Amino acid sequence: MAEIRVENLRKEFSGFTAVQNSSFTVDDGDFFVMLGPSGCGKTTTLRMIAGLELPTSGRILLGGEDVTMKRARERDIAFVFQLFALYPHMNVRKNIGFPLLAQGVPRAEIRKQVEDVARLLRIDHILDRPVSGLAGGDRQRVALGRAIVRRPLCFLMDEPLGTLDAEFRDLMVHELRELHNRIGATTVYVTHDQLEAMSMADKIAVMNHGIIEQFGSPREIYDRPRSMYVADFMGSPPMNFLRFHSGLVRGARLVSVHGAEIAVPEIREDIAPSALALGARPEHIRLDDASGLRGEVLGAEYLGTTQIVVVRTGDGLVRARVPASDLVRTGETVGLTLSGAHLSLFDTASGRAIDTALYEGAPHG
Amino acid sequence: MSLTTAHSVVVPSTTSKRIAAVLIVAYALISIVPLLWIFATSFKTPPDSIAYPPKILFQPSTEGYCNLFTTRTRQTAEYIASLPPATSFCDEVTRKRNMVIAGPSNFLPRFVNSLIIAFGSTFCAVFLGTLAAYGFSRFKVPLADDLLFFILSTRMMPPIAVAIPIYLMYRELGLSDSALGMILLYTAVNVSLAVWLLKGFIDEIPREYEEAAMIDGYTRLQAFWKVVLPQATTGIAATAIFCLIFAWNEYAFAALLTSGTAQTAPPFIPTIIGEGGQDWPAVAAGTTIFLVPILVFTILLRKQLLRGITFGAVRK
Repeated sequence: MAEIRVENLRKEFSGFTAVQNSSFTVDDGDFFVMLGPSGCGKTTTLRMIAGLELPTSGRILLGGEDVTMKRARERDIAFVFQLFALYPHMNVRKNIGFPLLAQGVPRAEIRKQVEDVARLLRIDHILDRPVSGLAGGDRQRVALGRAIVRRPLCFLMDEPLGTLDAEFRDLMVHELRELHNRIGATTVYVTHDQLEAMSMADKIAVMNHGIIEQFGSPREIYDRPRSMYVADFMGSPPMNFLRFHSGLVRGARLVSVHGAEIAVPEIREDIAPSALALGARPEHIRLDDASGLRGEVLGAEYLGTTQIVVVRTGDGLVRARVPASDLVRTGETVGLTLSGAHLSLFDTASGRAIDTALYEGAPHG
Repeated sequence: MSLTTAHSVVVPSTTSKRIAAVLIVAYALISIVPLLWIFATSFKTPPDSIAYPPKILFQPSTEGYCNLFTTRTRQTAEYIASLPPATSFCDEVTRKRNMVIAGPSNFLPRFVNSLIIAFGSTFCAVFLGTLAAYGFSRFKVPLADDLLFFILSTRMMPPIAVAIPIYLMYRELGLSDSALGMILLYTAVNVSLAVWLLKGFIDEIPREYEEAAMIDGYTRLQAFWKVVLPQATTGIAATAIFCLIFAWNEYAFAALLTSGTAQTAPPFIPTIIGEGGQDWPAVAAGTTIFLVPILVFTILLRKQLLRGITFGAVRK
């Protein structure tokens, strides 16, 4: 078990920067998720931590020890590949025992440890089966078994649920988190699926174009996005942006969006007049006939307990998550009220969030 | 086929199955009949082997095999009558033709030469080819494409085109008529084929396997040995068969560069014809025995050849 510290990590492939000056610290025992679209550098970062790629610059520390230039086998980490990479010419038992064999553990001891791990993962009944015939979920468990049998400093997982079908994935998300709670090993998990990230992570780093856009707990990432990118990437449907042009003054608690005065968390910086965006999560929007912000209902997506109502306003489409009991008819004009305490403000040119009271008291946000 | 049967796009119809069966049987007959004829001839007596019309049914005899493994001298009937009774079948048939066995023929040492040279060069070509193919497949080799093209270019002419320079070179180096020289030569010819074939097979093996092994605590060499090689067996077996067939059957270089100690079976077998008339059964016997090792090798490796490359443990 160990803390993972990444300092100014940078990776360039010929003519292309995959990871740009990433720095973060994963606390001992945390479940850390790197989240982002494909090509954002999350897998490259993971592979550098594993020692499968060497960084162009920067440092990686595992449990305080600088391992930046060490070979993968000298790092005491375990890696779960997206395609599992179970050795096809070995059966389940040999696959799980393979890392122990490298350490010269006596055969009887390997046997015992493999069986312990198999029992933990509930795959002890398939130990002598070849890996080729296994179902996706069992393959996943064998891959996990091979990772945990060695009791490494940390686990690295590269989209391990990416190839499973939806039903298995939900099950494995639950199992993975449960396993983590049981063995408490520092875990770095890479995924493009925000639901996986939100449901498992202690800390999330949202990556885009090789840059960590935001690092924080799932709650911080969702409630207090530090950039328009994060706000847009997280949530389904994503955050609504009402674009307007204005200056802001420190201490103000209202912004004027196309004539409608909207309450926002107290602003903490002065902004010269520029293109801005007001961000509101769909669940922070209510239908309210008295509101000045009005628009025409284009349609509603019924989800059981809630519905997503799509409204065309003067500032573009707005999606609101409202109770399913609210009656809305396509074509009618409705007013929208935004829940002031939860709104974010962004500078659209840089995508940066403007400092407001929303961000106070958030250690990483 | 009833009218109610729907036409399937994947299951071939009865008609096409029949056509396929006829074609396969015809092809098999065309390929196998000459072999069967050779095999049959090897068990004929010399008069039967040149009988006209050819004999399909005949009294089998191992005279051809006797003649293949022995050298004989013609003697007078009086001398043969004065000898003690024949102790073996071979003695008996030889005496019937007014000859006595003078000693063993060169066939066995030539056959052993063939085995040493063909299997030795196949091992070298596959060994070097596997390492080179792995290197080209996994590492950034400077000028990799040019190097691969260069390696392939050695196959763009028939190997015998360089016979004269190689003949002169080998004479200077003292490699003429030596097993080492022939192994080096066949390895050089085969290694390009081996690199190209094996690179394709190794490219197919996902890198994740080695990466997993290296993370599991193994060096790259160990990962190669324990994880890549077992999965490359199919490709290695296929490559080995191709290399072996070339080295085993090669005639031109063998005829040119070997004459005595290192002579292989292919240039030797035709020389049997010259010894005491056209001894077709002996030639056929030599050819039959010559076919055996490659047959055995192919049958042994057949399982490897048929097995899938990856067994489905990696999902793409």
